[in-house]
Amino acid sequence: MSIESKKTVFFKLLESAPLLLLFVSVLNEFDFNYLNYKYFSFNFPFILIYYWSLKRSESLGYGFIFIAGLFNDVVIGFPIGLSGLTYLIICGFAAYLRNITLHPNLVNDWLFFLFTILVATSINYFLLIIIFKVDVNYYDLTGNIFFTFLLYYIFSFIFEFYYNKVFKRKKND
Amino acid sequence: MATSRDDFVIAIRSAFIKKGNKQRFSLIGLILFSIFLIFLSRINFYAINYLKSGLNEVVYRISFIVSLPEKQISNSIIAINNHLNLYDEYNETKEELKILKGKNYNLNYLKSENDRLRRLIDEYIINSDELVAKVLLDKDSPFLKSLIVNKGSKDNLKIGMAVLDGPYLIGKIVEVNYATSRALLISDLNSKIPVILEPGDIQSIMSGTGKNFGKIQHFETEYNFSEKKLVYTSGAGGVFKSGIPIGEYIDNDKIKFFSDLSQLTFVKLVSFEKDEN
Repeated sequence: MSIESKKTVFFKLLESAPLLLLFVSVLNEFDFNYLNYKYFSFNFPFILIYYWSLKRSESLGYGFIFIAGLFNDVVIGFPIGLSGLTYLIICGFAAYLRNITLHPNLVNDWLFFLFTILVATSINYFLLIIIFKVDVNYYDLTGNIFFTFLLYYIFSFIFEFYYNKVFKRKKND
Repeated sequence: MATSRDDFVIAIRSAFIKKGNKQRFSLIGLILFSIFLIFLSRINFYAINYLKSGLNEVVYRISFIVSLPEKQISNSIIAINNHLNLYDEYNETKEELKILKGKNYNLNYLKSENDRLRRLIDEYIINSDELVAKVLLDKDSPFLKSLIVNKGSKDNLKIGMAVLDGPYLIGKIVEVNYATSRALLISDLNSKIPVILEPGDIQSIMSGTGKNFGKIQHFETEYNFSEKKLVYTSGAGGVFKSGIPIGEYIDNDKIKFFSDLSQLTFVKLVSFEKDEN
């Protein structure tokens, strides 16, 4: 394999990193629960899907997001289709924000993220509680939403750095 | 006003209905398909159960592999904590062992006497089939306390079997696939188990809280607990046999489990049957 084609494969891999991270996060469900901090947990797929749908929607792809949702349902034992629906609603909100924004601003994105996860989580747990009669601890749920919202700000800097390094560089090349 | 509403409608239409740039599927199409799947799940549609079972088999295995690094980190944190608490735990264990040794002398005698008396009053003796299973995934999410084990219908596993950690009850099987199964832990909010508090012969229902302790849902009468109470399965409802230890009653209707549900590697899967002899 020539150096040029090796480089191409490497850049393809870097471009697919958000998608790989999405699948790893739904399969692994990493939320640092094992630290056993009271009420501390966050939903990493929400942050990832929202950020990349906003900045570069083709990085994830709606079809893959839907499949990731199916995987998440299986891993955490939700009814099939529920996480997929939640993830796609987040994509929809992100796409809407992208359409109406001329000058992207992190604080606006961040606040709209709060609104998005409130709506998406409400729909998710409304279906779970009303239709599937599952009990939910509302304190944990509130903690999860709160920390997901807070951590978006931190993760957006990390993702921004990655976006600039990988995708903008590619454009310049 | 009308223009801003038009803008809103255009943005919504563009976000949800139009197939996006380099997207193979339209968002609204996939959302409708998700709703359709949820509806089929609700009515327990035959094909959905097959789809779910097939997905379970594949996803559990992949998830087990993907979870290995995180599991390693969490095990390391637990190992460090264990080392830090080693000396205190050693002293506690030494004291406990002394007490248990004393109790153990009487146990075998009491067990055989109990069996003899039960036969005398024609009460059935319970036989149990045991399977040891490895924990593939330990999903300690805030919303669902469950674990996936590497035994399924090919090992004659059935829904409702008790899951034990040593002698202690930790959950029951709620979903059986061909080679894997899901057990709902007793700490899950949706877990409800008929229990008995001893000494005192107090019947009640224990429910999970989503945390590392259980909660007594109600007592039929008011009790004043002046002495230490242990919680066992009561056997009511016929799901589990009576007398499987679960935990210790502490204040405010809380139950501290005997087993540490966050550190399960192997579990016993047990079904109980009446001995006709």
